[in-house]
Amino acid sequence: MITIKYFASLKSIAEKEEDSLDIENPISIDQLSDIISKTAPKMGAVIREKKVMISVNQEMASADTIIRDGDEVAFLPPFSGGSI
Amino acid sequence: MSTTIDAKIRIQLENFSITDEIEAMKKVSRNIGGITTFLGTGREISKGQNISELNFEHYPKMAEKKLEEIREKSIKDFGIIDMSIIHRIGHIDIGENIVLIVAAGEHRGETFKACEWAIAELKRTTPIWKRETTSTGEVWVQDTP
Repeated sequence: MITIKYFASLKSIAEKEEDSLDIENPISIDQLSDIISKTAPKMGAVIREKKVMISVNQEMASADTIIRDGDEVAFLPPFSGGSI
Repeated sequence: MSTTIDAKIRIQLENFSITDEIEAMKKVSRNIGGITTFLGTGREISKGQNISELNFEHYPKMAEKKLEEIREKSIKDFGIIDMSIIHRIGHIDIGENIVLIVAAGEHRGETFKACEWAIAELKRTTPIWKRETTSTGEVWVQDTP
């Protein structure tokens, strides 16, 4: 099972903060995006338009990064910490 | 989240004391000859709109990890003695402290450069998000002016 996290503006688009998904074999971020697009088209569109960054186990990932059972995937909108 | 002042990287709900943070930094080394600080505070006007409050959210563990990377790279690349970075999360009123960077070195030059680089890098790489509340509603800020 993998854990999927959504932050900031993506929580309202995904309509959840966290999700989990059973995977039989390792999959790529690209394949995960396809799965999400089927169940949550709005979130899928945001991912496809590359409006988000993606991390796996708290490290930045790319479309071909492989996700394995037990991993934590997070969808991250553009950062806006700090101030000024 | 850590609240001990000895920790050089902290993401916390509560406010911080700039004086206490500087005094803690001064205890790190007797070779410190200059300390540069950057303090970010809640601003009332953004893009022409009045903001009534701010809320910050972070990705626990990843945000702390990124701040530690910034600290370590600042020490290595700019030759400073040490750096602390404190970022608040949760509800923040206008005028309140948001983020503090304290860069300490033997001389002032490297501390100015490290501090400037660190805040820019924080905004670019650290998973922290700001939500502004205005008269027209709430909006997640998605750019880093």
